[in-house]
Order: sequence, then structure tokens, then C-alpha cells
Amino acid sequence: MTVVAEKAPPRSLPRRRPPRVRGLWGIRTAVPPGVRWTLMALSVAVPLAAWQVLSVVVDGRPDYLPGPFEAVEAGIEMARSGQLLTDAWSTVARVLQGFGLAVLVSVPLGILMGSFPAGQALLEPLVGLLRYLPASAFIPLLIIWLGLGEPSKVALLFLAAFFFNTLMTADAVRRVPLSLIDVSYTLGARRGEVLRKVIVPYALPGMIDSIRVNAAASWSFVVVAELIASESGLGYRIVRAQRFNQIDRIFAVLVVIALIGLTIDLLLRITRDRVGRWV
Amino acid sequence: MLELASLGKEFTRRGGPVKALEGVDLSVPDGQFVCVVGASGSGKSTLLSLVAGLVRPTAGEVRLDGRPVTGPGPDRGLVFQEGAVYPWRTVERNVAFGLELLPLPRAERDRRVAWYLAETGLTAYRHALPKQLSGGQRQRVAIARALACEPAVLLLDEPFGALDVQTKEDMQLLIRRVWQDTGTTVLMVTHDVEEAVFLGQRVVVLASDPGRVAADLPVNLPAERELSAKRLPDFLAMRARVEDLVRTYHRRHQEKQPI
Ligand SMILES: Nc1ncnc2c1ncn2[C@@H]1O[C@H](COP(=O)(O)OP(=O)(O)O)[C@@H](O)[C@H]1O
Ligand SMILES: [Mg+2]
Repeated sequence: MTVVAEKAPPRSLPRRRPPRVRGLWGIRTAVPPGVRWTLMALSVAVPLAAWQVLSVVVDGRPDYLPGPFEAVEAGIEMARSGQLLTDAWSTVARVLQGFGLAVLVSVPLGILMGSFPAGQALLEPLVGLLRYLPASAFIPLLIIWLGLGEPSKVALLFLAAFFFNTLMTADAVRRVPLSLIDVSYTLGARRGEVLRKVIVPYALPGMIDSIRVNAAASWSFVVVAELIASESGLGYRIVRAQRFNQIDRIFAVLVVIALIGLTIDLLLRITRDRVGRWV
Repeated sequence: MLELASLGKEFTRRGGPVKALEGVDLSVPDGQFVCVVGASGSGKSTLLSLVAGLVRPTAGEVRLDGRPVTGPGPDRGLVFQEGAVYPWRTVERNVAFGLELLPLPRAERDRRVAWYLAETGLTAYRHALPKQLSGGQRQRVAIARALACEPAVLLLDEPFGALDVQTKEDMQLLIRRVWQDTGTTVLMVTHDVEEAVFLGQRVVVLASDPGRVAADLPVNLPAERELSAKRLPDFLAMRARVEDLVRTYHRRHQEKQPI
């Protein structure tokens, strides 16, 4: 038992005024839907308006900084000729190949790494090291080995997503509570059944999250790859437009890149929310 | 018959080995309800993991019906304090998990699942996901899921430890009824002496460091127990006796701890 040595200290602590808990800037306090929609609209409208104003103010040279309307016009013109669709499709197809391949290989490896400490010991040092080599640093090597054509681009996209997706998948798998695995064994499950019926379903939302993050990275890498060398794709279209000083076209392509990226993200988010309804 | 024969478990940790259990002898006849009480850290969870076969003993062995336990299996169902239900499966499919692994006709499986759902009062929630359930309901799912595999022994690791007092009492009545209806052997560990005396036909007291059997006492209370049994003089006397034992071993353990 504790021994009380002296009298308790006198009750004389200074009091502070209460914190601001609620209101528009209360931490983690919901804002009314009307306010929320207004803020969301502003977040798009203000930069657009600023763009428009700037394009008028900076307009020393006629097409130095085209405004949003000119960009959209250029975009419509490019879409009419069918060129935009062809470019967008070849870029998307490259991502589907390179990133798709990375997912196909990294998910099983990640499951292996996350489930078996032996697999982790075997793979983590290598994968953990290689992921810090930026994929863009491989571009010269890839060009030497695979040439300027499609294989080098697919390989770059593979490298850009593979290491991170492996490690993030392993992390998602390691978040499966041990008690869930133990209890499954006591219900008669074998090792393979624990993997298929417990670990994979539990980790699936986390794995889709990882795919979502790395899909964004792939999407920016494909454009980098196309800027360097290609005969088609959105990145290639930017380089072409640059050559002919068609700045409005560059902006149009940028908008398309952003919109496709947003769509990919949205689709993956919807998938994740459907798969992870139980979370 | 479940037998633990000079069972011991030593963990190696930084700073040397830790004896979690040493020389534990215990036999539980078929159909008995045994409660093991001990302070936190006395090796209760380790004991159940050994019986479940999730952990290998460093000494002695566990035998079920004469055969040594070498790994986990559905003949020894386990329920943890936090249920460990499958969050993506509905209540019904949680209970069906073990049966889905067996070559069983669909109709037969459904029939069995329905019986265990009814027995644990979950029929109305059979399509609910675990996140929609209260803590007590989740524990029922875990119990029904273990029982559906028809275990020879049901192992309960402080299954009601995280529940509020009222829910805990409901669950105590439920587990007694389920035990009587299914006739399965129950080995439950808890730090709650009142619960141990109310539920068990026999109370085993564990001493800490290393965990070992300090006392093995029969509970002389009627087989039919209402909550009011907790006020019977026999109950109170037994409870006081076990509490004193647990307290003594806990104090002795604390005095040995370096400051
Ligand atoms: N995996 C482990 N590694 C090392 N020590 C452990 C492990 N599991 C349990 N212990 C130790 O064994 C003792 C008993 O633990 P446990 O069985 O969890 O007790 P209880 O369930 O009664 O609280 C404790 O001292 C604990 O620290
Ligand atoms: Mg414990």
C-alpha cells in the first residue's frame, strides 16, 4: 500500500478557457451538407477562375497561356479527329499490360511474404532495397535491353508498381489478426484453406487499396515513358504539341490525363467499397 | 477424457526463458464443465493453446481419449475473449465455416447451422454482419461456430471478459444451457472467481510463475443453477474460498516481482 507522506497539494490550479470544439473548423466536426457542397464547388471553381483570369492577364503572346475555354476547344477538335481516343487508348493499354502484369506477380508474392515469415526473410531484403531505386532510373537500361518499343514501356510500368505493390500487399496480409488464423485451425481448416478462406478475404480490401495507390503511380509513369520515346499515346501527343507550340493542345491533353486518372481511381474506390462492405 | 500429463511450457524471451506452465496434471472426464481460475499472467491462455494444439508443449503432453494431441483440430473448439469471428461473413456463414470444410450435403449443413443458431439465440441475426452485432452476440457466434464442429472439448478463454455485467450473466446462463443440451466437455479459463464457481462443476486454481495447479475443488451446487444461486450460502462460501486462494497466489507472485 502507498504511504501518504504529506497533505495533498492545495486546489489552486489555474483554469484555461474552454477550447473551440465545434463550428466550421472544429476538429473532426461534420459540416452541414450545404456548406460541404459549396466548399467542394469552390475547390474546382476557384482554380478554374484563376486560370481564366491569368490567361487574360499574362496574355502578352497570343497562345502563351491559353485559358480553360481554349483548352476545351482544342480538346474537342482533337477528339473530333479521333486522335484523342486513339492516344488515350494506347496509353491505357500500356498501363493495363505493365501494371496488370505487376499486380498479377506482386499479389501472390505479397501474400507469400505476409503469410510466411520464411517468405518474408527470403524476399523482404531484396524487394525492400529495390523499391528505393526509382523506376525512372531504369529507363536507359530498359531502352538498351528492350529497345524503344512497347516492351521497354511495359517493363518500366511493371518496375514502377511491382516492388511497392508486393510490400503493401504483404502489409495488408500481415494485418490479419493471428487469433482469426488460430481459430480457423481449430475449426478444422488446413493451411491452404486458411490462406484461401481467411487470409485472402480479410486482406482483400487492403490489397485493393494498395492497387489503387500504385495505379496512380503507374498512370504518371506511363506518361513519363511516352514523353521519352513513342509514336502514340497521350505523352507523345504532348511532345508533338510542344514541337508545334500548340499550348492549348498540351492543356487539353493534361485535362484528359487527369480525367482518366480520376476515373481509374473512382472505379477502384467503388470496387474497394463494395468488396469491403463488412469493414 | 481429456488428460494433461506433467504439462510444461517454456517461452524464450529476451532476458532468458519464461516458464509459463510447469508440471500441470489435470484430467477432465467426458461431459464435465471445468473452470480454471488464475490471475493475469498465470498461464491460462497458454494452457488452452496447448490443449488446442496451437502451441507445442516443452514438457509432458495433452491426450484426448488416450491419443496425444499434436496439432489443432475441430475436436477441440476454441473461443477467444474477443470472439475472432470472420468480419466479412454473415452470422450464418460464420457458424457454417467448419462445416463448409467437410463433405456434407448442403441441406444437412443448413439444418445443423439452423439448430446452433437457434440454440444460441441468433436466428433473427443470421444475415447480419459481425460489425452490426453487440459484443455478446459476437461471442454467441463464436460459440455456435465452435460447437457446430461437434468438438469433444469446448475451450473458452475468458469468453465473457469484455462484456458488461448484465450481458455476462445472460451469457453464463446461455453457456450452461448449451453445455447441458450438447453434452460437450467444457474447459473454461477466467480470472472471474464468481463466474468460475457459478459455471463449473469443478474449479481449478492456477498459481503464477510458473503456472501450476494450486487447488482442484469440486463445486457442490445443484446442477440446475439460476442466477439466484449466486446468493446461496454454499455459493458464497465456495466463492470466498477460491477468492482467498487466488489472492494468496497473486500476492505471493507480486512479492517475488523485482521493483
Ligand atoms: N508467445 C509468448 N512468448 C513469450 N512469453 C509468453 C508468450 N505467451 C505467453 N507468455 C508468457 O507466459 C505467461 C503466461 O501467459 P498467458 O498464458 O497469456 O497468461 P494468462 O492468459 O493467464 O494471462 C506470461 O508471463 C506471459 O508473458
Ligand atoms: Mg489470457
